[in-house]
Amino acid sequence: MSLVNYIYLSAILFTIGGATVLLRRNAIIVFMGVELMLNAANLAFVTFARMHGSLEGQVIALFVMVVAAAEVVVGLAIIIMIFRSRRSASIDNVNLLKA
Amino acid sequence: MTTPLEIGAGETALFWILGPISVIAALGLLFARKSVHAALSMVIVMLIAGVFYIANDAPFVGIIQIIVYSGAVMMLFLFVVMLVGIDASDSLIETIKGQRVATALVSLGMLVLLTSVIGRVGWGEAVGLAAVNTETGNVTGLAYLVFGRYLWLFEVSALLLIVASVAAMVLAHRTRITPAPNQKQWSDKRFQEGRFPAGLPAPGVYARHNAVDTPALLPDGSISEISVSRVLAARSQVVDPERYAEAPRDIDREIEEGSER
Repeated sequence: MSLVNYIYLSAILFTIGGATVLLRRNAIIVFMGVELMLNAANLAFVTFARMHGSLEGQVIALFVMVVAAAEVVVGLAIIIMIFRSRRSASIDNVNLLKA
Repeated sequence: MTTPLEIGAGETALFWILGPISVIAALGLLFARKSVHAALSMVIVMLIAGVFYIANDAPFVGIIQIIVYSGAVMMLFLFVVMLVGIDASDSLIETIKGQRVATALVSLGMLVLLTSVIGRVGWGEAVGLAAVNTETGNVTGLAYLVFGRYLWLFEVSALLLIVASVAAMVLAHRTRITPAPNQKQWSDKRFQEGRFPAGLPAPGVYARHNAVDTPALLPDGSISEISVSRVLAARSQVVDPERYAEAPRDIDREIEEGSER
């Protein structure tokens, strides 16, 4: 087996994450789809680091994790805030700006 | 085109066992009806990703993945699932017509695009991290990069984390506009409205059972709807009290039969 299989796995996971974001209506699950996409990208970064024999890919993966953690904190706070005011975690109900 | 670095038999086995499991778990995230199940399949995907990082000569990133993602981030997700609870958005009924078909088409197109591009790349000879990892050590090498070439990135991400945590506190904070009503005010309110001046009836207390999901029985033997929380009624988790009411009669009958013997 070659290392490229990791890249294929990463592509599959990224696609499933994207499908989750497009398909599901629960904001929490949509958010988990975004996390899955970030994880798939991280897997590709770590594999590239091994292919090129340099640690930079791993450093990028670490920084992606930092940004993802910050994103999760703010995003979940927004979900809770919307749930408090609208009693729903569905992304269809967030339509205050609709004319 | 030269072949990339072939990996050993052990890692190949690891990949072909854990890879399909992670794909199945990711599909679980896509199709799970309840958000708790989705979160648990996400935990599986993240744990396996951590194992793959460690297999890819990235032990530090792998451990951080398991601690930060499967530990902290998924805990946060489960916490929010607990706060938000179950609502109608968990259903898989499509509200936009043709959304499911369009999603399937877009995802398939994306997958085909990505795999064809990956297949066409000339990967060249893979180097492997064994040299780098033994020269400085994985953690030391990462530290040289994070605190050296990427120091500014590190500082900016520290700033980002601080701003994000302050933002989360500000967003989740709620100030009461009016003071919370005390017991006397609740009582006055009940009498003003004239409904249930003695408060709502308590849920059913039976000889063999005592739980909030079991409604109380009214004097005529019918079920008191208001004695259970309407949240439980909405989730159809209310238990039928008939069998608990029946149980004492069965016991009485057995005692009577026993005394006749």
